Amino acid sequence: MQGLLGKKIGMTRFFDKSGRPASATVIEAGPCKVVQVKTKERDGYSAVQLGFQDQIEKRMTKPLLGHFKKAGLGPQKILKEFRDFDGEVKEGDELGVDLFSVGDRVNVSGTSKGKGFAGVVKRYNFAGGPKSHGQSDRLRAPGSIGQSAYPKRVFKGMKMGGRFGTDRITLRHLRVLKVIPEKNLLLVEGSIPGARNSIVEIRL
Amino acid sequence: MDILATVTAEQLNTEIPEFGPGDNLDVHIRVVEGEKERIQLFKGLCIQRRGGGINETFTVRKISGGVGVERVFLLHSPQLAKIERTRFGKIRRAKLFYIRKLRGKAARIEEKM
Repeated sequence: MQGLLGKKIGMTRFFDKSGRPASATVIEAGPCKVVQVKTKERDGYSAVQLGFQDQIEKRMTKPLLGHFKKAGLGPQKILKEFRDFDGEVKEGDELGVDLFSVGDRVNVSGTSKGKGFAGVVKRYNFAGGPKSHGQSDRLRAPGSIGQSAYPKRVFKGMKMGGRFGTDRITLRHLRVLKVIPEKNLLLVEGSIPGARNSIVEIRL
Repeated sequence: MDILATVTAEQLNTEIPEFGPGDNLDVHIRVVEGEKERIQLFKGLCIQRRGGGINETFTVRKISGGVGVERVFLLHSPQLAKIERTRFGKIRRAKLFYIRKLRGKAARIEEKM
């Protein structure tokens, strides 16, 4: 497993070699700095902690500043761990978008857009009620939520309205359409979770 | 948004002739059949142009066998070999959807000299 942190830039269109158009998302991926390498012997599991985007010192706590100093780096805005990282990396290394090449399949994780308090039609794809045949106020209703005298209660986990979105979503096997190392840009096919400028993790 | 423009800049087709709604067009389309590639022609009237940048499209309408046929093309698509303007139309609006309701003589568009 290899990976990078990135920022979602937005969506556009991309023509592949045969001239067919595809929807594409542009991600500003990396450069990421290796802040800490965790090993099975010392930490109980193997992982690499990556930092993304420089931060000014004033906005950091002293313990964190010490953590960065240990790796010989300046403060970083975002810190994320990647478990079982392949390839030789050591603290202080910089990883760029050249990790990926065209045609690779990547998994992209991010936080989806918040939808607020949503009903069951939007949140769980319920069909809602009939539009006509004498119906009133049933259009987006959830229907029955249970039985009667027995069990006398609504079961836990019943799908109902509530806060929707702002979840961690992973999309798998997205095709890499283009890599632009000079600008740290990555184009993947289709959409990815989150709003523009949100932070995403890209795993190879 | 600026980054998106720079990413798509090199995909834009720079050899597109000037044309707009009201013009008659010959659109040369690359068609790949197995190994071979040939050019297919779509002749008709341009009734709209919409979108911008790499997403810009145009619609061409023709009457084929008495049935109206419309096809939407991506302006910057590499599948378009060539766009030729065969007639310059004189029009008073940007979208010529009214032409769908008209047949024969009424559906004519005056030529601009």
